[in-house]
Amino acid sequence: MKMLINVAETVVADALRGMAAAHPELTVDVENRVIVRRDAPVAGKVALVSGGGSGHEPLHGGFVGPGMLSAACPGEVFTSPVPDQMLRAAAAVNSGAGVLFVVKNYTGDVLNFDMAAELAEDEGIQIAKVLVNDDVAVTDSLYTAGRRGTGATLFVEKIAGAAADEGQPLERVQAVAAQVNENSRSFGVALSACTTPAKGSPTFDLPAGELELGIGIHGEPGRERRSMMTSGEIADFAVHAILEDMTPRNPVLVLVNGMGATPLLELYGFNAEVQRVLTQRGVAVARTLVGNYVTSLDMAGASVTLCQINEDLLRLWDAPVRTAGLRWGM
Amino acid sequence: MLDADFFRRWMTATAASVAREAERLTALDSPIGDADHGSNLQRGFTAVAAVLDKEETETPGAVLVLAGRQLISTVGGASGPLYGTLLRRTGKALGDAAEVSEEQLTEALRTGVDAVMQLGGAAPGDKTMIDALVPAVAALPEGFAAAAAAAEQGAEATTPLQARKGRASYLGERSIGHQDPGATSSALLIAALAEAGGK
Repeated sequence: MKMLINVAETVVADALRGMAAAHPELTVDVENRVIVRRDAPVAGKVALVSGGGSGHEPLHGGFVGPGMLSAACPGEVFTSPVPDQMLRAAAAVNSGAGVLFVVKNYTGDVLNFDMAAELAEDEGIQIAKVLVNDDVAVTDSLYTAGRRGTGATLFVEKIAGAAADEGQPLERVQAVAAQVNENSRSFGVALSACTTPAKGSPTFDLPAGELELGIGIHGEPGRERRSMMTSGEIADFAVHAILEDMTPRNPVLVLVNGMGATPLLELYGFNAEVQRVLTQRGVAVARTLVGNYVTSLDMAGASVTLCQINEDLLRLWDAPVRTAGLRWGM
Repeated sequence: MLDADFFRRWMTATAASVAREAERLTALDSPIGDADHGSNLQRGFTAVAAVLDKEETETPGAVLVLAGRQLISTVGGASGPLYGTLLRRTGKALGDAAEVSEEQLTEALRTGVDAVMQLGGAAPGDKTMIDALVPAVAALPEGFAAAAAAAEQGAEATTPLQARKGRASYLGERSIGHQDPGATSSALLIAALAEAGGK
């Protein structure tokens, strides 16, 4: 496997140095692995901190900036960051109005953020948390660690970030974030496994001519394997899996997300099929985002996330945002 | 009686064994996890060995608390908080005695394992590190070697189980047939205890 890297051990640090060079509007602490918007702390405003394993770029560092995250902590590849990073980030961005931790439901992320919250509160920083768990491929939480946090993370970070930018108080920002999560569902498919730099070979074996349905974002296999399907068949499967779990009352936000190695040509084609299925099912679409946002290294494939919204959430979605990975209106 | 030196030897032996077995742990983590358990633990225990080399620790409790803190600060993922909590809580239970008996260590480890179960919400049979640690603590009164053998058997016994916690749980029935990497690394930790006791 060829990769554009030096050695596996420095992949994350090398990427952070490059990110710092490309984005002078960010403060990138390469040694301690914290990415902070340069104007933080913003007086009187709630701060948003997120983080997780590296390998999901642009999530989360690419979503740091006005209108979205205040800071992000990237861990090792597919490994959650450590509490020290989260504490450092919280201290850097806290203006006194409190900090919201946006946590994806993976055991490591949950445990480390919990420990960081305790440490931060010991230092007098008010912390609230939202747990993102939108993945309908995980069905029975009695026998699993619960639904994974995947594509909805982007919706939560954008919409709650806008609420914080408006000057809403911590409990309100947390409530908005929780509302977005509760109204979001995702389903992902893989056409190939990904290769982590440390391992150097695909994380699971997926023969040519087959695909994995119901994958997460860490190169883990999904809930079932089938013979390769067309874009239209995959869209049918994914959207139906989501709508089995949620009956949207409102128009929805749609995220058609690439896993890292699927070209936009295919993603846009897939989006056409997703929109077709939604129309057939009578679901109105308010906004659609197509691109690589919550990725899984070089995995080929895509995920679909739907979020049912109301006027208030749509206004916050449309609010200006200026980050490396998402930018409009300013 | 076991002094701080013994506990430093235990941690150093764990670091060496995790480094030796890192590739195997990662290979076990590949089909049911995300193929980084070996490299993550190796990073953590290398840091533990380094900090124990640098900072003074005069009591068994201090050695384990420092090691636990170091793991929490360097490993990440679920393993960092879980292993960190195991050592930190075991160390705290040992208090500030300069030497502890094997009975006290057994009791303290039981406290540490309970804390891990509480933190991760896992019970025996969920296909996690608990499946090696619980039998190890139960066998400790018969000696370190017995505990190491019990941990090893416990790790092997995870193979036919379906995972209910951690990332492997997302695979459902497909997690069956693979030995749990966390139980395997826990068996290494207990084997290192026997190694430290043998010197």
